[in-house]
Amino acid sequence: MKRKSDMVVRGLINLCALISVLIVGGILIYVLVRGIGAINWSFLTTQKSALEGTVGIAGNILNTVYIIVISLVFAVPLGVGSAIYLNEYAKPGKLVRAIEFTTETLAGIPSIIFGLFGYVFFGTVLGLKTSILTGCLTLSLMVLPLITRNTQEALKTVPDSYRSGALGMGAEKWHMIRTILLPAALPGIITGVILSIGRIVGESAALLFTAGSNYLLPKIDGLSFGKAVETLTATKIRQPGGTMTIEMYLRMQKGEYDTAFGIAVVLLLIVLVINFLTRYLSAKFDVSKRD
Amino acid sequence: MQKQKDSNTDKKAFSIISGSAGHSLPEVTAKVIFTVCGVLAIVAVAVITIYMILNGMPAVMKVGIKDILFNTVWDPASKTEPSYGILYIILTSITGTFLAVLIGVPIGVLTAVFLAETAPKKLAGIVRPAVELLAGIPSVIYGLIGLMILNPFMYKMEKLIFEGSETHQFTGGSNLLSAVLVLALMILPTVINISESSLRALDPKLKFASLALGASHEQTIFKVLIPAAKSGIATAVVLGVGRAIGEAMAITLVSGSAANFPLPFNSVKFLTTTIVSEMGYAADTHRQMLFTIGLVLFIFIMIVNGVLTAILKKGADGHEA
Repeated sequence: MKRKSDMVVRGLINLCALISVLIVGGILIYVLVRGIGAINWSFLTTQKSALEGTVGIAGNILNTVYIIVISLVFAVPLGVGSAIYLNEYAKPGKLVRAIEFTTETLAGIPSIIFGLFGYVFFGTVLGLKTSILTGCLTLSLMVLPLITRNTQEALKTVPDSYRSGALGMGAEKWHMIRTILLPAALPGIITGVILSIGRIVGESAALLFTAGSNYLLPKIDGLSFGKAVETLTATKIRQPGGTMTIEMYLRMQKGEYDTAFGIAVVLLLIVLVINFLTRYLSAKFDVSKRD
Repeated sequence: MQKQKDSNTDKKAFSIISGSAGHSLPEVTAKVIFTVCGVLAIVAVAVITIYMILNGMPAVMKVGIKDILFNTVWDPASKTEPSYGILYIILTSITGTFLAVLIGVPIGVLTAVFLAETAPKKLAGIVRPAVELLAGIPSVIYGLIGLMILNPFMYKMEKLIFEGSETHQFTGGSNLLSAVLVLALMILPTVINISESSLRALDPKLKFASLALGASHEQTIFKVLIPAAKSGIATAVVLGVGRAIGEAMAITLVSGSAANFPLPFNSVKFLTTTIVSEMGYAADTHRQMLFTIGLVLFIFIMIVNGVLTAILKKGADGHEA
């Protein structure tokens, strides 16, 4: 025989859990229903053009890929390096506390602040203007804590006997890090990378003023091979480029809701894949969660 | 901590045996490079702080801090008599965040209780991935949902409540309440995750002792477990505050376009939404003012961080004692 107050409390707890699930389910279904109609081959492979009557997002997909790759090229070595320093070189003390505190701070700064800072520092002070590169440098600061933390967690789970073993056999420290620790910490690094990709794909406020909103595909028809490569690399990253989230925001602003929902579907699918991958990875590799 | 120290002395002992460790060129280079990477976070935060201050100050000098902080009229684009008061904008950010936390935290904590205590394994297996998904959804999508579902609903409510009112300016549904609901939803995953892990980290003896004394599971949850996990839940609340006060894109199109006093059905501007919506066309003092608003937001975030550090430190000390 249960007390009445207990039943009420139990009911409330279940209700709150139900609310959380219903909201997620509701969002997924609503966005899919409204957006799936906008998605077809041409939506994914053309650029928006009033002349040809297309509304595609190929240019934005390409920009998103550029921004993910280049941001990670900056952030992964720096984040992994920072984690190695914290876990393998640093002696506990003021410096380590300062690094850990500022890493936390960096993780807590809202993306709009990163946007303002990136616009001023990379865009104006370093003279990179509104460009993909400016956006990437800004985002690499933003995802740095994700990489550092996940690598650090992974390094912590590597048993000390691995280190003693390697050093005892006469390996130098850098050699040990390269051949023993990094491979052992790889799953953690990959988790950090995947989480960062998720963060970058969903990011908008930090990119609006830094990477801009250009949605056109680079033109390489009729160019020589060398010129085409240059257009796709050096020129491309110095030009503005809007990601899918930015394009979605702009279309919402203009009232083009159908294609905004279409982009939302693409984004949700990416988020679903990323969630699945992180769950899979942490189930497979996270020793600490294994019983 | 103790373990770390031990392993350090171990390494030293081994490096003496192997002789040259730490002296060869690649070794030294590696150490220098890793140190630079480590220090980068400090440099980044320092540079961000410096540039936020440098860019936030010019408008303060020009307009005067009193006219910014205590003036309620935000009309920066006016050609004849521009006014740069952000009092209502600051109040909106504070009120909006407070209300979002007020709605989001109880739901979040109870969902965490569900996951950590009462849920059958199968149900937890549905709820937990759903919550993780909620955390991953990009903020623009929340904005779209708010715009398409909340705003029309709010407009209907508005028409019902203010029918015949002469003082109320109709907003079409873009109001504080819409933004608050979106924010409450967005802080849910943070609150749920942190609360759940703090509930799970509790000593099971607490629960068993309470149950053995004859308390029901529900009484145990509310009288023993939640109070015991209060520092973890406080952390969750503070992180939620940080997330809500810094969110921009999800609420820019949902909250309205005029800086009014934060009443539920008023069109309002948050610190974040002002920056996002006006940065594109602002010039001169107006533009500098947007950086001042950024600085105000930055100061809020630093306060939130300070509180967070204090709570975490207190929690850590408590565990050691």
